[in-house]
Amino acid sequence: MTHFDPLAVRSDVPLLGRVINGHPITYLDSGATSLTPRPVIEAMSHYYENNHANVHRGVYQTAAESTALYEGAREAAARFLNAPGGAREIIFTKGCTESFNLLARSWGGANLGAGDVVLLSEMEHHANIVPWFQLRDSHGIEVRFIPVTDDFRLDLTDLDALLAGVKLVSITAMSNVLGTINPIKELAQAAHRVGALIAVDGAQSVAHSATDIADLDIDFLAFSAHKMLGPTGFGVLWGRLELLEAMPPFLGGGGMIGDVSTSGFTTAPVPAKFEAGTPPIAEAVGFGAAVRYLEALGMDNIAAYEQTLTADALHRLAAEFGERVRIIGPTTTDLRGGVISLDVEGVHPHDVSQVLDQHGVCIRPGHHCAKPLMKRFGLNATARASFGPYSTTGDTDALIVALHDAIAMFGAA
Amino acid sequence: MSNLDDLYREIILDHYRTPRNRGELPDPAIKAEGFNPLCGDEITVYLDVEDGVVKDIKISGQGCSISQASSSLMSAAVKGKTIDEAREKILTFKRLMGLEEAVDDEPVNLRTLGEIAALAGVVKFPVRIKCATLAWNTLTEALTEQP
Repeated sequence: MTHFDPLAVRSDVPLLGRVINGHPITYLDSGATSLTPRPVIEAMSHYYENNHANVHRGVYQTAAESTALYEGAREAAARFLNAPGGAREIIFTKGCTESFNLLARSWGGANLGAGDVVLLSEMEHHANIVPWFQLRDSHGIEVRFIPVTDDFRLDLTDLDALLAGVKLVSITAMSNVLGTINPIKELAQAAHRVGALIAVDGAQSVAHSATDIADLDIDFLAFSAHKMLGPTGFGVLWGRLELLEAMPPFLGGGGMIGDVSTSGFTTAPVPAKFEAGTPPIAEAVGFGAAVRYLEALGMDNIAAYEQTLTADALHRLAAEFGERVRIIGPTTTDLRGGVISLDVEGVHPHDVSQVLDQHGVCIRPGHHCAKPLMKRFGLNATARASFGPYSTTGDTDALIVALHDAIAMFGAA
Repeated sequence: MSNLDDLYREIILDHYRTPRNRGELPDPAIKAEGFNPLCGDEITVYLDVEDGVVKDIKISGQGCSISQASSSLMSAAVKGKTIDEAREKILTFKRLMGLEEAVDDEPVNLRTLGEIAALAGVVKFPVRIKCATLAWNTLTEALTEQP
């Protein structure tokens, strides 16, 4: 077991030294984006200062170094995820959103037609909803939703009926609103039983617990680098090699071709086929550094630590506020991650967030790009606190103090 | 450091806790809906316009204290006023938010604004300007068909 010390992680994150409105920053918005540790920042700076050159083209020394660093990040990702087909299955994208758009336009566009069903859930992020609706409008597919129960879990009682006609199940591993962790392995088995594929939204899961693609037996996985201590503007679509090889390219341009003439083009082999144009090289380097940083902390250590943080926060929020602060999500840590959505009685999430900012406490108000889920629970917005490996119970202390202030300011007497 | 009291003035909290002109108007009242896609706030403005005068106004919807107070303040400011006066109020409010050019570079005279002046502090919290503006944009929408 590798060593894990949250205080050491904290000391690696320069931004945690900020003072906001007279208070040391309390960062509880890792579900939106994680803070960047120094090794990731330094890897990107080091790249720009020493190696920067375009990839896959030049024969000079720095071009070779740049290419090696870029491809090294792909190797790191394949190892991190236990991708059965290795680094060739890792497609670099601009982020989780682009990964889903690539999947829908390329795989969906080539393989789905009128009447084919894509099965989502009511707890999806818009990034895993809108591209499928776009495909519905262009290809006549049907988009179907697995309902969510009153206790914030997928309602799988009618799964067999829901799976009728389904060609793809596309579902989140962990809700960015509820914190609910979904049974991906079981869903993969169920999808495969009816001949469907399964795509997984790992945006909220990959930085908080180990991801073993071979064990999960899934077909696609999408996630962003910036939610896993890496840079913004970078993400991954992992897909099984034979699926990627059969898919048409998404964006066309330089780098993705085999040959181009005045009569047409052929495509490069995967992964280059899906990486048109000069890629975000420094971001790939930063992503690779983030992967290595997480590996050194140990994903099982992070998962165990964040579970204790979440259990402590759920317990103390209930003890401090009772009915006045409703938790929109499971209230135990069983199959639940460190994303805690709050509905503060009589205080709108924007106002909660504004008062908390005065205490230096950063949380996220809003619908969290999950409007169907908000509607399901009759809410317009929640106030969401979310943990990262640098979070501590001290962050929860500050949250509770600030919440008391918000309630005192707005709450009915 | 921005002072929270600049944002949450007593008048704003009062309009939030006790919103004026809350409710709906039956057909054939003018009806306009506004959404803030970033935060999920929504508002519906109902207008009863007769002979160029806003005879009645009702507001429904959900939102934060700033959007709710702003819509309440707006309804009180335009009720009983002519369409032209209502449009002038909208312009004044937008100048107050820094969204419209000031007249001859003159700052908005807070003393002639009435209770709307309580929203002046919102400018110090740029992310909340869109909260305050939602109701006024929706009113603009409701008035588009009016001569």
